[in-house]
Amino acid sequence: MASLAVFLILVLACFSAPLYAKWAGTDPFASTLDAVIQIDGADVPVMEQSTEGLGLGYTPIGPTWRLGNYFLGADSQGRDVMARLLYGGLNSLLISGAATIFTLIFGTMAGLIAGYFGGITDTVLSRLLDVLWAFPIYLLAISLSIVTIAQGIAIGPIEIQSGSLWLPVIIIGIVYIPYVARPIRGQVLALRHSEFVLAAINLGVPGWRILWRDILPNITTTLIVFVPLMMALNMLTESALSFLSIGVQPPAASWGTIIQDGQALLYTRPLVALVPGLAIAVSVMALNVFGDGLRDALDPRSKVRLGRD
Amino acid sequence: MKKLLLAASAASLLAGAWLAPAQAEYLKEHRGGTIRLLARSAAGTLDPHINYTDQGWQMYQPIYDGLVTFRKAEGVDGFSVVPDLAEALPTVSNDGKTFTFKLRKGIKFSNGQDLGVKDVVASFQRIFKVSGPTSGTFYAGIVGADKCLADTKSCTLEGGVVADEAAGTITLNLTKPDAEILYKLALPHAVILPADTPTEDMGSKPIPSTGPYMISAFDPNKGMTVSRNPNFKQWSEEAQPDGYPDVVQYDFGLSEEAAVTAIQNGEADWMFDALPSDRLGELGSKSMDQLHISPLSAWWYAPLNTRMAPFDNEKARQAVAYAVDRNTLVKLFGGKVLASPVCQVLPPDFPGHEDYCPFTKNPGAKWSAPDVDKAKQLVEESGTKGQKVTIIVEDTAISRSIGVYLQSVLTSIGYVADVKPISSNLQFTYIQNTNNKVQMSVTQWYKDYPAASDFLNILFSCASYREGSDASINISGFCDKDIDAQMQKALDLGVTDQKAADKLWAAIDKQVTDKAPAVGLFTPKRLDFVSKRIGNFKFNPQFNWIITQSWVQ
Repeated sequence: MASLAVFLILVLACFSAPLYAKWAGTDPFASTLDAVIQIDGADVPVMEQSTEGLGLGYTPIGPTWRLGNYFLGADSQGRDVMARLLYGGLNSLLISGAATIFTLIFGTMAGLIAGYFGGITDTVLSRLLDVLWAFPIYLLAISLSIVTIAQGIAIGPIEIQSGSLWLPVIIIGIVYIPYVARPIRGQVLALRHSEFVLAAINLGVPGWRILWRDILPNITTTLIVFVPLMMALNMLTESALSFLSIGVQPPAASWGTIIQDGQALLYTRPLVALVPGLAIAVSVMALNVFGDGLRDALDPRSKVRLGRD
Repeated sequence: MKKLLLAASAASLLAGAWLAPAQAEYLKEHRGGTIRLLARSAAGTLDPHINYTDQGWQMYQPIYDGLVTFRKAEGVDGFSVVPDLAEALPTVSNDGKTFTFKLRKGIKFSNGQDLGVKDVVASFQRIFKVSGPTSGTFYAGIVGADKCLADTKSCTLEGGVVADEAAGTITLNLTKPDAEILYKLALPHAVILPADTPTEDMGSKPIPSTGPYMISAFDPNKGMTVSRNPNFKQWSEEAQPDGYPDVVQYDFGLSEEAAVTAIQNGEADWMFDALPSDRLGELGSKSMDQLHISPLSAWWYAPLNTRMAPFDNEKARQAVAYAVDRNTLVKLFGGKVLASPVCQVLPPDFPGHEDYCPFTKNPGAKWSAPDVDKAKQLVEESGTKGQKVTIIVEDTAISRSIGVYLQSVLTSIGYVADVKPISSNLQFTYIQNTNNKVQMSVTQWYKDYPAASDFLNILFSCASYREGSDASINISGFCDKDIDAQMQKALDLGVTDQKAADKLWAAIDKQVTDKAPAVGLFTPKRLDFVSKRIGNFKFNPQFNWIITQSWVQ
């Protein structure tokens, strides 16, 4: 429960991003290289020029530790890192959440159809999933992102602009479909031969109704356990893609893009990269611990198995 | 032209004679040791007829020679062409279409072979046989080049490059006069290699050379060792001076941060890559004596697609040019020490450059401040307000930050803008291809040689625009028949009167700037960070630091 609490606090904080930016009077997406802020009554430029020697380079202001006033300092565009961190978290959460729903819907459908109908349907679907699964996840995600990053996706009436957050959602969602579909198929295969399903078939109940009313409820536990685990995985994948400039596109932020921005400031302002890294680590850990707890709670047999070991 | 060349030749001889005693003295005192260089990666193929990178061209300077070369000197002197393997600058005849060179005698390649006129003919043929990247542009004016471009394998350049073994001369025939031909012959793509060099990209295999150094080992993943050429005897100090270090060791693979630390600790002497921005302040204050800031003939600019909305409208283009705060961009690049604001195409101190800036608060010679009100007014007048603009930038810290800044600017004057960073390996070709429908991008252009045409004619002539090609260097798709005709006139005029041609280029520069097919952002400077033991640092405006003219002991 502690892990859930930690995660919920992060979610609440991230969803408060627009309020925080409004309260702080900062635009986290606009370059503000000439901005000047007040600290203890003194005017301080957000980008400080080196005054010694040759006067080379500008260094963004460091953490002021004052909420609403560059709490974590500025990035190389003079933007408030705290505001961007919250917005970045919001995007990371939205993308990983939406990608989780996408994966679960399509993964479950594939698993249900393959497992229940068997035969050629199962063979074709399973081989398709195997092909998808054969690609290293990140390589596949990076390839799909590079192909779609500049032009977006346009398939018939479906058109997704290149800068849309739906692009990373769909890409991440697609690459993890086999991750969900394969165990679901296994469960459905077992359920397909259970007595209550055989009885329903013999009574002439249509296949879709059996899937919907008899099988789906029996795999709900698995799906629920998948949610936090998939979110954690998706968050890591989204961060990696954004770090490589092929996920969330500037000036929008995600924790991955903020780490990338901070990479060029590691020597002078390491917090710009470290804080979003820490946020990812805490979120992923909280989701994983919560997912494990959820599995133990919803599947007591796994506890028994663990106890016997 | 002939008179001018002879005068230049005499001047170069005088300069060489004046320099000679000093260098001989220093050579005794400082000769020897190893200079250790660092780069994140190798510069691609070792083949000088193919390699088209700053990194490669800089390293070739003490290794390979052409018939002529750029003088190994600092300042504007470094832009002058001097005879190298040729005894003197060529005699020009046939109304500027025939150039006759006399080859020096007694020069040997690093493998012991004698240099002869057959090597010169074979080298010119090889430029086409290996499909050199500039074979279709710089050298397309040689008689027979058209056949060579059509069928590279059977290239003979018959009638174009004619050797006279007995007289030791090579005659170069052009289809029409070219005022810039000597510059083109002084580039690494026209260096002379042994006649038996395979006519394919030599990749990682070093080719024998005539200069004071030769490549003795190369591994693209590890490094390159350049050592003394045992067969070298100095023939011209201004063209190819003997070097100080015995060995130049160029190691690849270290990150920029690690390279800075290695130089600070004295484990390396220089790094090719740009210094990381977050180390600039520290280095500028603590290691001032190890930093060298040098001007570059280069241009950071934002091409605007003149064939696509909204920038097919001249007012929309001018609006962007008015709105961009060049001081902010200079800040992003590291400050005024490292860059200067610019409005026009030709860089400062470049042939044809006359200060000009119409897109500023107080229009005149220099940029002073952005005029956002004027920009907003122009956007309104153009009727393009609210249109979508995508800016394609390279996926590097500096390029991305410029893109993000430009996105803010476009948003502030009424467009709906977004930024797309694309891998640095792809971006330059991506923005050139019209199929990609790029509206606006951020890129740079570094001169090949010191001529206004290398910026204006290459970047903005109708001929440089090619539909659907990755090599459409006129990224803006700008084509103005009147300006094009003037450019052709300036090219022709350069053959007989370079000063008058440069005047015309200055007028063309202003006309192109007014039409705003691209927004000039800033002129960068080169920042070299060297170890404490490096002495005699000399920066050549054509090929940057002259590595082997520095000493380490």
